[in-house]
Amino acid sequence: MPKIGIFIIYYLVPTQSGLFLNKFMFSTLKGRDIISINELTPAEINSIVKLALELKKKPQPNLLAGKVMGSCFFEPSTRTRLSFETAMQRLGGKVVGFADAGVTSAKKGETLYDSIKIVGQYVDVVAMRHPLEGAARRAAEATDKPVINGGDGANQHPTQTLLDLMSIKETQGKLNNLSIAMMGDLKYGRTVHSLAQALTHFNARLYFIAPPSLAMPEYLLTELREKGIKFSVHESFENIIPKLDVLYMTRIQGERFPDQMEYNRVKDVYRLTVADLKNAKKNLRILHPLPRVNEIDYAVDKTPHAYYFEQAENGLYARQALLALVLNAI
Amino acid sequence: MIQQTGTLLVSAIKNGTVIDHAKAGSALKILSILGVENHDNVVTIGMHLPSKTSGKKDIIKLANWEITPSKANLTAIFSPSAVINIIKDFKVVKKYQVELSEIISGLVVCPNPKCITNNESMDSLFHTQKNKQGVSLKCHYCERTFKQEDIKEYHRA
Repeated sequence: MPKIGIFIIYYLVPTQSGLFLNKFMFSTLKGRDIISINELTPAEINSIVKLALELKKKPQPNLLAGKVMGSCFFEPSTRTRLSFETAMQRLGGKVVGFADAGVTSAKKGETLYDSIKIVGQYVDVVAMRHPLEGAARRAAEATDKPVINGGDGANQHPTQTLLDLMSIKETQGKLNNLSIAMMGDLKYGRTVHSLAQALTHFNARLYFIAPPSLAMPEYLLTELREKGIKFSVHESFENIIPKLDVLYMTRIQGERFPDQMEYNRVKDVYRLTVADLKNAKKNLRILHPLPRVNEIDYAVDKTPHAYYFEQAENGLYARQALLALVLNAI
Repeated sequence: MIQQTGTLLVSAIKNGTVIDHAKAGSALKILSILGVENHDNVVTIGMHLPSKTSGKKDIIKLANWEITPSKANLTAIFSPSAVINIIKDFKVVKKYQVELSEIISGLVVCPNPKCITNNESMDSLFHTQKNKQGVSLKCHYCERTFKQEDIKEYHRA
């Protein structure tokens, strides 16, 4: 579908106290599939984040009344599926679907294309997760209804990035010109890849902290260089923390390491404690896509810097905003 | 191609197509996508022949077979430098450099085993990009980018 930005038309509204400037926003997100964060323009990202923050402050329990979301989870998920389904219900919509491909016709050999073509005839919007990469884009070809990707293998998870951006905007008051570090597994973590790509729109100064075996992939660093984004690569975080507005942590997954001794060596190096935060800026917020294992000490939860649980809550509002926009309810 | 002794390394053809200046080592892949085994005409190939411009090159001669530009352009995935010569009565009647299509559909098998295209009955689709290192292909579905040497399997054109 073509990307044509967002048109805003301002018009004057007569009120008792005079004329007021009001605006109508014709969102280009109406009917759109949300497959990859790279397909959203900065204006579209801003409009989603803005609406998500508004919905957090002011719930709209009837916005999607009469609409039905197909929740198609071909692989297990807790946070993503529950927050998609809750988001739809909190806006007054209804949800049908499945949380395990084992209960669907996929088990009988039905193609994803056929499954989604049928589901699309029943519902107004499809939220899906699938273990294969590119599955969401394939699904979008099968139906005219908007498809929202809730994760396709190791490829994309755009709603995670949107809730990350919402949390950054909420805690820092802006998205532009921030110092943001990503730490942990930067090689396999799709959340950090998508977030780094999205942040190229907002002139972030990026710090990548990881052991060499889990460093940010070269293709991504090349992309950042081409876009003129300032970044640096580090193995330890002690000297970086005082510079940061946001520290985005990820779990180091033991199963990814070919050498268990190497894993044992790095797993505790990337463990954040309260002492590490003593020189942090007051506005520093720590984000994490969760689940965490031991990379953030539990004592950090009580500091004002911890924001990962609120971040997970924001998933509800970011998904509400997306559903409202693709269904053209705003 | 004439050796110093004056003999041809690859014999001339009367009618057909000569794919010249193909990247050294790419000839077998090019033959495979062209589906040469389904033709019974004489096919001559030379690999790693000396080249003035690029050091080494491959050359393919397809007797009595004039390939279409769209088919010829498929060879650009493996060898963007290849030059197509259409031969009639031992003379070159048409000569052009292959052009890389922006989109390649149904030909290349995505090297990512977890890509949906390898798990569902459907065509693959790649967006091509030419850069200093050669050609790279980005899968429309799994969004991964591959270099030409990563491409190991393809369907016949």
